[in-house]
Amino acid sequence: MKYLADIGGYGIMIVEVFKKPTKWRIMKTLILKEIDELIYGSLGILIFISFFIGAVVSIQTAMNLTSDFIPKNLIGFATRQSIILEFAPTFCSIIMAGKVGSFITSSIGTMRVTEQIDALEVMGVNALNYLVFPKIIAMMMYPFIIAIAMYVGIFGGWFAGVFGGFITSADFVEGVTMDFIPFHVTYSFIKTFVFAFLLATIPSYHGFYMKGGALEVGKASTTSFVWTSIIIVITNYVLTQLLLT
Amino acid sequence: MIEVNNIHKSFGDAHILKGISTVFETGKTNLIIGQSGSGKTVLLKCLLGLFSPEEGSIVYDGQKYSELSSKDQRNLRQDMGMVFQGSALFDGMTVAGNVMFPLEMFTKLAKSEMEDRVNIVLKRVNLVDADHKYPSEISGGMQKRVAIARAIVMNPQYLFCDEPNSGLDPKTAIIIDNLIKEITEEYNITTVINTHDMNSVMEIGEKIIFLKDGLKEWEGTKHEIFKTDNQAVTSFVYSSELFKKVRQMYLEERN
Ligand SMILES: Nc1ncnc2c1ncn2[C@@H]1O[C@H](COP(=O)(O)OP(=O)(O)O)[C@@H](O)[C@H]1O
Ligand SMILES: [Mg+2]
Repeated sequence: MKYLADIGGYGIMIVEVFKKPTKWRIMKTLILKEIDELIYGSLGILIFISFFIGAVVSIQTAMNLTSDFIPKNLIGFATRQSIILEFAPTFCSIIMAGKVGSFITSSIGTMRVTEQIDALEVMGVNALNYLVFPKIIAMMMYPFIIAIAMYVGIFGGWFAGVFGGFITSADFVEGVTMDFIPFHVTYSFIKTFVFAFLLATIPSYHGFYMKGGALEVGKASTTSFVWTSIIIVITNYVLTQLLLT
Repeated sequence: MIEVNNIHKSFGDAHILKGISTVFETGKTNLIIGQSGSGKTVLLKCLLGLFSPEEGSIVYDGQKYSELSSKDQRNLRQDMGMVFQGSALFDGMTVAGNVMFPLEMFTKLAKSEMEDRVNIVLKRVNLVDADHKYPSEISGGMQKRVAIARAIVMNPQYLFCDEPNSGLDPKTAIIIDNLIKEITEEYNITTVINTHDMNSVMEIGEKIIFLKDGLKEWEGTKHEIFKTDNQAVTSFVYSSELFKKVRQMYLEERN
């Protein structure tokens, strides 16, 4: 029952976000600030993680290639496929649910418990538009950092493969370019866009409608992380079923 | 003038306001007093239009809120200023940014005109050299001043203050109380203040309503409150040793 109410509440929130827009002059600076915090601020960690994930995928594939009949370039191929299809869009989004998601929930939640949201509403500002809309727009830049994460992940695979002595650079590059299906990239970016929207809105919902004090802000951040991850994983399954089969 | 007619407000099963009627007068500091949890904040948020009562009506200088179009309700809201209990300043903005915020949102003034207006109100609340500081960098008393400045920057007709001196030392509290009273008189505003502080009642209690269990238990002025026989009021007023002494002296003087 509570879940149904939450789904309804979330839907109503999304509609409210687009109503009674804030002046563009003010909105513009809010969007830039969110891009700086949510996108630019996440670049470092995603690059770091992608590099090492790519490296590990490459080593593990190499370790499993015990038969000499399987060409070495499979290492490059497998790294590319797993990075583009899954690790960059989904794994990074789970990391983002922790990093950006809990930041969004705690910052909006703090505004709720310190009555800053009431202050906005008393003035006649649509607080949902003011707080959530710029986050949604900023997160539309998220696919750019995922694209970077893909490059870095594959580079990490190349690095570990070549410098670990598992494969030659030429073989790896051949594997990376082998049997390339452009739709896989499209599929991946469709997922990324949907995740971006979820990453901006689910944590906002948890922060905006929370009740209580500082302790509850902490709890709301945790709940928000759990739910954002669950919804991302389920959406991932549904989109994969719809797009790839 | 704000007329409150028999308003009721519940949250789920909890009936918080059980039919309150009163009048808040223009140019005066109207106080809502009562113990914590007696519904003061809920009543204030009803006056602000943040909560809508299930029953009863609130009339602002002849305009019944529930009968206004949503556009007129919004215009009426822009005639209201609010000072929240914890000041509710926007942490990401400077002092000047906080005060300028309503102007930026709702007026078409040029930047320089806005800055002039901000400087005037900051000076009015006796806050100088703090414009570029952030809320976390200034004292509680200064935050209250900023909150008052932000509440009056749009020249409101109605000013609502939720426990404006909670968390302040007694001297600063009295200064803030008097600042609100002066501003009320100067701009002829209808001011409603929530408080559980007897010092405020003594200082600025021109019209007082006492809430208990969601009902208006008593109503009067700061002079009348010391003479009343109402059990609930006296037990609230004379809960501290200091005020027990005051009453004793007052009774001795009379005999
Ligand atoms: N938004 C809300 N939802 C549910 N209950 C509330 C809400 N706001 C206040 N209450 C309840 O109303 C009662 C009165 O609260 P309040 O008006 O804040 O008291 P106070 O007189 O201390 O300001 C409290 O029991 C509180 O729990
Ligand atoms: Mg209160």
